Amino acid sequence: MQTQIEIHTEPLNIQACIDWIMSPDSGGIDVFIGTVRNATKGKPVLKLEFEAYNKMAINEIEKITKQAFDKWPVQKVLVHHRTGTLQVGEMPVIIAVSAAHRAAAFDACRYIIDTLKQTVPIWKKEFFEDGEVWVAAHP
Amino acid sequence: MEITVLAFGIAKDIFGGASVTVALADNATTADLKASLEEKYPRLKHLASYMVAVNNEYAEDSGVITERDEVAIIPPVSGG
Repeated sequence: MQTQIEIHTEPLNIQACIDWIMSPDSGGIDVFIGTVRNATKGKPVLKLEFEAYNKMAINEIEKITKQAFDKWPVQKVLVHHRTGTLQVGEMPVIIAVSAAHRAAAFDACRYIIDTLKQTVPIWKKEFFEDGEVWVAAHP
Repeated sequence: MEITVLAFGIAKDIFGGASVTVALADNATTADLKASLEEKYPRLKHLASYMVAVNNEYAEDSGVITERDEVAIIPPVSGG
């Protein structure tokens, strides 16, 4: 049961994530990569800015990874989240999960990203040609 | 007592800074803090929702706040 959680402003390194998650006792790894999309509801997005309440965000991610270990027979879990300004096509988040068998890795990976989006104190602001919006702030 | 409240995301825009100081009665609760902030910053009420975190944990409305606590306003999250 190993976990690696990081939040920082440096570009995420997918190869380093895969190198960490790989192990001889795993039968599969599942990797989710979030990427900055170039439009929201048809409106061109110029860039995104991410902000985190770092200490609490790490706490909340730890809770989610513990739940994943409780729910599925997974071996290693990695969550890296980037903050600061990201351009279209860049990666704000990487989730990687290893398991002896693929079903657990797929299920846990999906659970982790879905729950992260609901509970972890990280915020993104979308920049459009005519203004900027904190995502999900208003109904 | 005086509480420093940290702000993130849109709450920073609403407060006009990364933190604000709020005067509260001793033994005030999270609900008291919310009421006081909403009176001073009515735009908080227009958010889809918001939570208060005390010492890096989501707080219940009935939770008591002390001067030594780290208190933060958590507007709707949107990471990932």
